[in-house]
Amino acid sequence: MRIVLVDQKGVEQALEAAEGWRVMEIIRDYGFPIVAECGGACACGTCQVEVDPEWTTKLHPPRDDEVDMLDRNFGGDWSRLSCQLIMTPALDGLRLRIADVALREAA
Amino acid sequence: MTQETISTDVVIIGAGPCGLFAVFELGLLDMKCHLIDILDRSGGQCAELYPEKPIYDIPGLPVVSGQELTDRLMEQAAPFKPEFHYNEMVEELEKLPDGRWRVKTDGGLVFEAKVIVIAAGGGSFQPKKPPIPGIEAYEGKSVFYAVKRMETFRGKNILISGGGDSALDWTINLQPVAASMQLIHRRDGFRAAPDSVKKMHALVDEKKMQFHLGQITALHGDNGQLEGVTVKGNDGNDFQLECDTLLPFFGLTMKLGPIANWGLNLHENLIPVDTEKFQTNVPGIFAIGDINTYPGKLKLILSGFHEAALMAQAAFRHANPDAKLTFQYTTSSTSLQKKLGVA
Ligand SMILES: Cc1cc2nc3c(=O)[nH]c(=O)nc-3n(C[C@H](O)[C@H](O)[C@H](O)COP(=O)(O)OP(=O)(O)OC[C@H]3O[C@@H](n4cnc5c(N)ncnc54)[C@H](O)[C@@H]3O)c2cc1C
Ligand code: FES
Repeated sequence: MRIVLVDQKGVEQALEAAEGWRVMEIIRDYGFPIVAECGGACACGTCQVEVDPEWTTKLHPPRDDEVDMLDRNFGGDWSRLSCQLIMTPALDGLRLRIADVALREAA
Repeated sequence: MTQETISTDVVIIGAGPCGLFAVFELGLLDMKCHLIDILDRSGGQCAELYPEKPIYDIPGLPVVSGQELTDRLMEQAAPFKPEFHYNEMVEELEKLPDGRWRVKTDGGLVFEAKVIVIAAGGGSFQPKKPPIPGIEAYEGKSVFYAVKRMETFRGKNILISGGGDSALDWTINLQPVAASMQLIHRRDGFRAAPDSVKKMHALVDEKKMQFHLGQITALHGDNGQLEGVTVKGNDGNDFQLECDTLLPFFGLTMKLGPIANWGLNLHENLIPVDTEKFQTNVPGIFAIGDINTYPGKLKLILSGFHEAALMAQAAFRHANPDAKLTFQYTTSSTSLQKKLGVA
């Protein structure tokens, strides 16, 4: 199982994904600069990703608390919180990029 | 405005859980604390980010909410009469010739203390800024992230952006003084008191304000004076709105802030400390809780509590180099119990 992460320059990279893991955790474990301040509690919104439009309908719809967090973090039409996306075989090949608001500034 | 200088033993920067427990540990050693926080209340992340979420790993409290833990820590610190200074950002920290420290806030408060404890967590809470290109040029002139005085907005053509309580409350409160009022949100659903939502819809029905769906993508104006905005509507089409004032309300986020300017060693926005005293590279300045780093650090409240206890011993020795420090239990020491007001 894999997810495909497209970086800000458009370069693609396949990340090995394990079932049951949060997509945020997969991205973070690979060392990408995703903020994910609250560690997956749906309380910060800084794990936002832009999902490839072709994939959005295949994802379960966001719960209320995820929608609230997207409201406060300038979410667009394809935005989701990667800590609320749990890996299943159905998501094999999921394409996404880290939203600008979720990128750690180079310190 | 000149302020009287507040003289004290310890200034704690940040009133999150770790700063609050430090009051207790320092209090047992007779050190008096003033706490400063940019938030309008104590509790740090627990109060601001997850007041209602449960925490399961506080020893002895199988489950406790963020707010409840804050309330309990306040109660535990109360016997030591800590003084809180809210809505104040610590801007400056400098050493005095006598070895003490001077602390200045953005609101003009000045403190002098023997010891500084930085318990600043992930940094100070600051408003989230919408990612609209060039918005900085308008900030403070026609784009504002907070309302300090309502009068500032009398007669203005106001556009408020957001869907939480602040956005709705200010829409309702400023509507009567504004020349015109518009609210924009990315969906027709709000994370706010249902009563406020009802009031807002009533104002729309009475044609006293307008509500739009969409997101602001560009600002238009001159020299920081806003004249209008471009909105991407939910149908994908752009439209324009006229306004001279924009108030974005998207909640708060943590930013390291002024700490970076105090001459302390930093490692990836964290302050390295030793694990005996939890002291920074500058003697007399200690750092506990989420803001510090050392080999094996875990960003847990529990770790911050431990750090507070050890830091307090070191802080006492720093402030009173000649005094004797004896180790005592709260269970059996009458002198500690007197300080706690239970003996
Ligand atoms: C959703 C979520 C769930 C969590 N769950 C757990 C859990 O189950 N167990 C656990 O142990 N931990 C948990 N944590 C982590 C825990 O909340 C933090 O470890 C803890 O809050 C750190 O406390 P602190 O006192 O160090 O800092 P903070 O709580 O971050 O407080 C720091 C305060 O300092 C203020 N400040 C900073 N700089 C300045 C300045 N220059 N001037 C004025 N004020 C300033 C800030 O405004 C802030 O109020 C969770 C965190 C989140 C977000
Ligand atoms: S990590 Fe904070 S909301 Fe996902």
